[in-house]
Amino acid sequence: MLSWMAWTLPTALVFIGIFSAMGVLVVLELKYPGGQERRGILGLTTTRGDRLFISLLGSSYIFLIWLGLVGTPLWWPLGISVAASAFCFWKV
Amino acid sequence: MKTHNQKAWFFVLPVLFLVAFNALVPMMTVVNYSVQETFGNNLFFWQGLDWFENILRSDRFHAALGRQFLFTGLILLIEVPLGIAIALSMPRKGVWVSVCLVAMALPMLIPWNVVGAMWNIFTLPKIGLAGYFLNDVLGVNYNMTQDPVAAWVTIIVMDAWHWTSLVVLLSYAGLVSIPEAYYQAAKTDGASNWSIFRYIQLPKMKTVLTIAILLRFMDSFNIYTEPFVLTGGGPGNSTTLLSIDLVKIALGQFDLGPAAAMSLIYFAITLLVSWLFYTLMNKDNLN
Repeated sequence: MLSWMAWTLPTALVFIGIFSAMGVLVVLELKYPGGQERRGILGLTTTRGDRLFISLLGSSYIFLIWLGLVGTPLWWPLGISVAASAFCFWKV
Repeated sequence: MKTHNQKAWFFVLPVLFLVAFNALVPMMTVVNYSVQETFGNNLFFWQGLDWFENILRSDRFHAALGRQFLFTGLILLIEVPLGIAIALSMPRKGVWVSVCLVAMALPMLIPWNVVGAMWNIFTLPKIGLAGYFLNDVLGVNYNMTQDPVAAWVTIIVMDAWHWTSLVVLLSYAGLVSIPEAYYQAAKTDGASNWSIFRYIQLPKMKTVLTIAILLRFMDSFNIYTEPFVLTGGGPGNSTTLLSIDLVKIALGQFDLGPAAAMSLIYFAITLLVSWLFYTLMNKDNLN
């Protein structure tokens, strides 16, 4: 049924990761409603969901820039992305 | 503590399914395509991130991206000030209001491919009205099928004709919401036309203008039909904007993998710029 979507294990893992992150957000929202809104160092008012969005978008740019300028393997940008996302959830 | 009832979220489910069906599932398929190679017949071979690397480093993509930013930049530079100027000079009461509004709305009602075809016929040298007038009456050497500059001028003028109205109508909506008392106060203080514009009209138009700029950015950045029908991306590659190049790769060459990688990069750019616009817009509203 899903063969036309041409699934691969890595891309499936990426989507499982994104959807489980969203699932975690739902659980957090049910437990601590209000989205943990705050004004971060960039002067933006962000909720948990905004911070996840910024982390994902930022990570995709880190990967793309690394891929364009340096190329594979992608362990370095992975590390940078994780650090950037952690920073995003902590301060932004 | 106030208890929160989250049951209302279930009302979002139908639209969620709809979006999943027409946006999310195709999007996920594109992601899957972008790491594979196919020769048709629904057979796929793992390719890793090669397509992304190729696209990011290809001169063809850089050129198309450059043309796309040039096009969108020019569109915004022309349509936003022009739209504001037209909105300012439109009457605010009387019978002419409806006449102006209808005249402004007309270009936007015409389907994109028809606009392309209209302008193609209009600007063809020798046959088209504008082409004939420019070449044979004014003596300007104008041929949008051979000269890249003429082709660019034509697609820019065409887009300005088609979409300046959007900026006009949104700015106009902002303008008519200003109470008459503001103008009377400005008159009493002896404010110049420029100060009225700068301190009364522009601040009132700010929200709608941001939306207008965001819409014009997204539309012109994703533009396909009009330049495709008008110039077909030519002469040469001079008006091959990102989407035209993308369709050439995806459907012309049937390179689904590279096309998928390119469309994801394209999507990332659109998403970032739209998010920046949206965030800046809300930031200003909060302060």
